[in-house]
Amino acid sequence: MALAGRVGRVLVVAAVLVAFWQGIVWAYDMPVFLLPGPGRVAEVLLAQAPSLAGDALITFGEVLAGFTLGTGLGATLALAMVARPALARALMPVLLFSQAIPFFALAPILVLWFGLGIGSKIAMAVIFIFFPVTSAFYDGLRRTDPALLDLAAVMGARPGRVLWHLRVPAAMPACASGLRLAAVYAPIGAVIGEWVGGAQGGLGYQMLLANGRSKIDLMFAALIVLALGVVAVYAAVDRLARAMEAWAEGR
Amino acid sequence: MPPPPPHRPGAAPDPAPAPGPDPAPALAPTGLGVRIEGRLDFAGGWSTPPFALRLAPGVWTALLGPSGIGKSTILRLLAGLAAGGTLIGRIAADDGAPLAGRVALMGQADLLAPWLSVLDNVCLGARLRGARPDRAAATRLIADVGLAGYEDAKPRTLSGGQRQRVALARTLMEDRALVLLDEPFSALDARTRAEMQELAHATLAGRTVLIVTHEPGEAARLGQALYVFAEGGIDAVAPPPGPPIRDPADPAVLAAQAALLARLRGAAA
Repeated sequence: MALAGRVGRVLVVAAVLVAFWQGIVWAYDMPVFLLPGPGRVAEVLLAQAPSLAGDALITFGEVLAGFTLGTGLGATLALAMVARPALARALMPVLLFSQAIPFFALAPILVLWFGLGIGSKIAMAVIFIFFPVTSAFYDGLRRTDPALLDLAAVMGARPGRVLWHLRVPAAMPACASGLRLAAVYAPIGAVIGEWVGGAQGGLGYQMLLANGRSKIDLMFAALIVLALGVVAVYAAVDRLARAMEAWAEGR
Repeated sequence: MPPPPPHRPGAAPDPAPAPGPDPAPALAPTGLGVRIEGRLDFAGGWSTPPFALRLAPGVWTALLGPSGIGKSTILRLLAGLAAGGTLIGRIAADDGAPLAGRVALMGQADLLAPWLSVLDNVCLGARLRGARPDRAAATRLIADVGLAGYEDAKPRTLSGGQRQRVALARTLMEDRALVLLDEPFSALDARTRAEMQELAHATLAGRTVLIVTHEPGEAARLGQALYVFAEGGIDAVAPPPGPPIRDPADPAVLAAQAALLARLRGAAA
């Protein structure tokens, strides 16, 4: 019942948005090459479904690979910085400095390093999520209740065991937030990688191509596929994040 | 008079007799006598007058003081933790060996790990030391604190009193000669607090216990030796007659409680 209600609400909102869209097209008599109506976009979406599916596979393959690599690297670095505070002192300024670099400008170099294929796009997604994930994980690992750490010290705990048995479980809610951020940022990184990095396929590439050929209907179709995919990725990651939070709270 | 040297862990035991009340140890097979003496320097430039606090083996010593006076500093120094003040003096166990590894700590917050079951929380110390936990012993201790059948429960399903019982079982599981209690019952309601005092007194029998509290009633009920920590310093006070645990309605205990309160308030005035 709750699920039916949620789906119902989403459908109502979607219907209102589509009606608004169609209303603008009608009210301003928009030409197809500026703003195609929802019906036209749906037609293109169906007609181009096989090729759009192939592009979606490429883009979300990049997203998934970037998400896995980026969160893995971020978690590893966060653990290392908590285990070795000297490392954190040395790396934190570098990490902050890296945030001052416009990633957009990096794309051509990434293509030189990782090639025109999906490698450079995965790298872009990793770069986009690395900092938010690392800082969320690192903050979580550092925020263990100091009284609990005192208790562990009196118990004669080994530092590695404290990290694994207390700090990591206590950081699970913060890690869950980091994963949610990564789920949002990874597609942005992948699509920007496709835009800037001379892609050979993918939804971002398809959008750029369609835009260049004034096929705005195809661009919107690709955009809708992209948005649906991002929502699906976020929903899946959110489930995982909720499970992590529930476990950490003993639910 | 030159100040005594800074405290070094593992310093030789003190040969001089303790000035504080030092009742004959009761049944104390595992208790350890400890002496802490000197003065405390706090950030901000104030110091306590010199004091000597004697934890007699196998009995409960109560350290009473208002909140924020720094009594937890003494407890943290004994636990080997970073503290808000510096001890200019020394801590010495009767046997001359360092205290590290022979102390258990229980505080006001139960500090249970929410993701661990009751049994795993009780076994936390062994797990953090990389040792194999004795689950049978843990199960016995959980039964001892009245929580048999709750081994697999998660802390969030327990009441505040039950959680503090788990914390007590975890403290007992450490099986240490010196047990430090830092206002362990102050977050509990009056009835649960009285029950926990009795349970802790029964289960910690034979160990050396230091209970830090701001409750005169708790000190009068549990302390075999009493110290009051106030602005004027740390002074030994005679405990009520008879061994703990005492009846809180006993006129002698009530009188002692009133006297302790007067002492706390007088020192503050």
